[in-house]
Amino acid sequence: MPEETKTERVVGIDLGTTNSLVAYMEGSEPVVIPGVDGSNLVPSIIALDVLDPSDPGAKPTVTIGNSARRALIETPDRAIYSVKRLMGRGVEDVQDELKLFPFHLAPDIQPGEVIRVQLGDKTFTPSEISAYILRQLKRNAERYFGAPVNKAVITVPAYFNDAQRQATRDAGRMSGLDVLRLVNEPTAAALAYGLDRAKEGIIAVYDLGGGTFDISILKLNDGIFEVIATNGDTHLGGDDIDNLLLAVAIDEIHNEYKIDLRQQPDAIQALRKAVIEAKIALSSQDSAKLDIELPAKDGVTQRYQREIPRAVYEQLIAPVIQRTAGPTKQALADAGITADNIAQIEEVVLVGGSTRIPAVRALVDQLFGLSARGKKPHTELNPDEVVALGAAVQANILAGASAATEDLLLLDVTPLSLGIEALGGVVAKIIQRNSTIPASATEHFTTGVEGQTNVAIHVVQGERELASDCRSLARFDLKGIPPMPAGLPRIEVKFLIDANGILQVSAREQRSGKEAQIEVKPTYGLTDEQVETMILESFDHAEADFEARQIIEAKLEADTILAALEKAKTGPAWSLISDSEKVQIETARANLAATKATGDLAAIRTATTTLDHTTRNLAEKQMDAAVSSAMRGKTMEAAGESLANENIQAPHPFAKPEFEDDDDKDK
Amino acid sequence: MSTTLTTSAPATCWACSTALGESPLLCVACGKVQPTTSLDYFHAFALARKLQIDLPGLEREFHRLSRRLHPDRFARATPQEQEWSLAATALLNDAYRTLRDPIARVEYLLKLEGLEIGEEHAGVNKRADRQPPADLLEEVFELNMQLEEMRMTQKMGESDPSLQRDLKSARTKFETLLSEVDNDLATQGRAWDEGDAATRPAAAKAMAALLDRRRYLRNLVRDVNQVLGA
Repeated sequence: MPEETKTERVVGIDLGTTNSLVAYMEGSEPVVIPGVDGSNLVPSIIALDVLDPSDPGAKPTVTIGNSARRALIETPDRAIYSVKRLMGRGVEDVQDELKLFPFHLAPDIQPGEVIRVQLGDKTFTPSEISAYILRQLKRNAERYFGAPVNKAVITVPAYFNDAQRQATRDAGRMSGLDVLRLVNEPTAAALAYGLDRAKEGIIAVYDLGGGTFDISILKLNDGIFEVIATNGDTHLGGDDIDNLLLAVAIDEIHNEYKIDLRQQPDAIQALRKAVIEAKIALSSQDSAKLDIELPAKDGVTQRYQREIPRAVYEQLIAPVIQRTAGPTKQALADAGITADNIAQIEEVVLVGGSTRIPAVRALVDQLFGLSARGKKPHTELNPDEVVALGAAVQANILAGASAATEDLLLLDVTPLSLGIEALGGVVAKIIQRNSTIPASATEHFTTGVEGQTNVAIHVVQGERELASDCRSLARFDLKGIPPMPAGLPRIEVKFLIDANGILQVSAREQRSGKEAQIEVKPTYGLTDEQVETMILESFDHAEADFEARQIIEAKLEADTILAALEKAKTGPAWSLISDSEKVQIETARANLAATKATGDLAAIRTATTTLDHTTRNLAEKQMDAAVSSAMRGKTMEAAGESLANENIQAPHPFAKPEFEDDDDKDK
Repeated sequence: MSTTLTTSAPATCWACSTALGESPLLCVACGKVQPTTSLDYFHAFALARKLQIDLPGLEREFHRLSRRLHPDRFARATPQEQEWSLAATALLNDAYRTLRDPIARVEYLLKLEGLEIGEEHAGVNKRADRQPPADLLEEVFELNMQLEEMRMTQKMGESDPSLQRDLKSARTKFETLLSEVDNDLATQGRAWDEGDAATRPAAAKAMAALLDRRRYLRNLVRDVNQVLGA
């Protein structure tokens, strides 16, 4: 082995629905690598920048993370969030999502084709969008280390199926990362918790994130983390709570003010921001207020004001939260744990931002009988960061780099049974769910007609009896079978689920000893060739000269912030800040402008960071202005029609409006 | 006796040429993973083909081998070794999953011995549902009638407490029969373990018949549970 491979850093990445993070092992401790703005979380939002119409040669650039947040409100047709919910799915799967998310799919997607999202006049597959997020994390890590980072461990929900896993791995490849392993999120969290304690016994990890829910039951034994059962729902999370609150608010506004916000994506995004803030507040307060200026109607502006008491909120979200109970009970049953011996579960670890909700904690307490046993769930590690920290631990295990992890080993399972479609459309299960991976199964096939040279195999994932009720995974076409009488060929097909939870298939005709050719048609997935073409362009070139690329990027970043500042000076927020602040900003601006020309990487970065910090207050003010302006419907033309024509029924109204004077509002 | 699975494996380590002996997945001398084309599950754990297994010992060995064979340990190895690691670990996992389960263990052993048994999952070349065991014909017939009646009742949205009681007592009866089968299987298993080439075929045949009976009974209990649970 060449020496550099030994010291090469492998990072751990949590590619989340709401936020993404990159972490690595610093000595014996995993740490999150902050972005250029100092924040550990990179919001999983990407936006296609508006091109300068005067520059015909301009190439579209993509903004990622916090800086793309503004685009959600200002240019909703060019921005996307929660793309994880679209990974590895077909058009027919995402219809429900589309009702409540401002996603626009490309109009020309054929059934069975990988979906593409329309951003401006371009379309992107969910893997490509995720690749942009991954590339940002890669860059954050490179900036932090001052060295290239090419290898990563990426986490996925434990309940992700084969297509969703493949889409994630494809995204890694597109971003220029060699994905050494896909690790299940709850398992990663267990690793992060288990690192500093020599625990033995059975634990449960309850992971409710922005868009996915996982429950895993693990047995810890002398550094071995053995998953015994896992279950979940890849479309259940904080997003569903947001959408519910949003639907109620939209409905109420429609009923009481006769204003239909569904036609106004920018207003929807602003309202979404407000309900999310209310949701977060309700995790620590007994009530929260929604107070939003509505778009003007007949020349009159009104405010939508609602008090949401915690009790009403909890009643509203109870059905969403309750959906985690079924998978939890199933996982416990699969692990051989009944209500009577729930005490076998010694610890429960809470992961994911949505586990901050008190009602979620109450449900967990009840499901595992925690307080009855004088126990509390583990929440010591930041639920937003714990998965990335665990990914860093796994990255360190794979790198074989340190004594801290040399005795640790993850033994994970496949969350869904693998089956093949047999006669009559029934599923013959060949690998049961909760089998430790890698797992394999060998099946024999033959022909039904004399001289038949092809055999088709339909592989599905799921627990249902009928193939049509399971997730179609791929169709394998075994070709080149030597012509023989019917029933004589004996084709041995080996199915192997690898350590990433991804299926590999190989086949051999045993009578002739001939290696059969297999043509795979993934039901929802990209071919290798397609992935190749989607490898993010900038990578091909810039990788060659890392230093040069870093300087170019630093200059671009400086340009971006300088341009944003110039624009801000003409906006309403500029008048809201003090004169002394303006002087500070001007000093930082001049400094950056001067430093930029030097080509000194460190100096440019320092100056950029300084200007960024100095203008933070201004940016906040600007954001507020953008929100309220959006609510008045004064920003860019509403371009989408998400939520349009959707008859959203509010399951429960909020409390009646309060029209008391608000003296703390209206800056 | 003919076997459906071969048990051939290389005799020496590819890397250091040490004889592999009892530990075919891993070289005891240099620790290298070995190619594992067609080891049987007992061989993978260096166990004799016996049905009584020390489960805690099996788990310890599973963990010990996992630590050495798992693909996580080969992330920086050659592609060839990575492939062997993947295959060896898959085999180890499949073997552990099969051997730790008493029923799967018997099924697997009988398959190794060339006995044809109806497999739970063999849907592709699935054989038609078996005839009920001769001594149970009458009970099974009656149970099926009751199940059908119960389904009809439920479809009408009605309830029939006496029918429900009958089904519950039938379930208890079949569950008792099931545990008898399990006892008989254990007995035959011991006979196999302690037997020799002369007595083993009879034990194997008896176990194959018991497995068929067990599968049939289990499906009946499952059907009753489905109807009662609905």
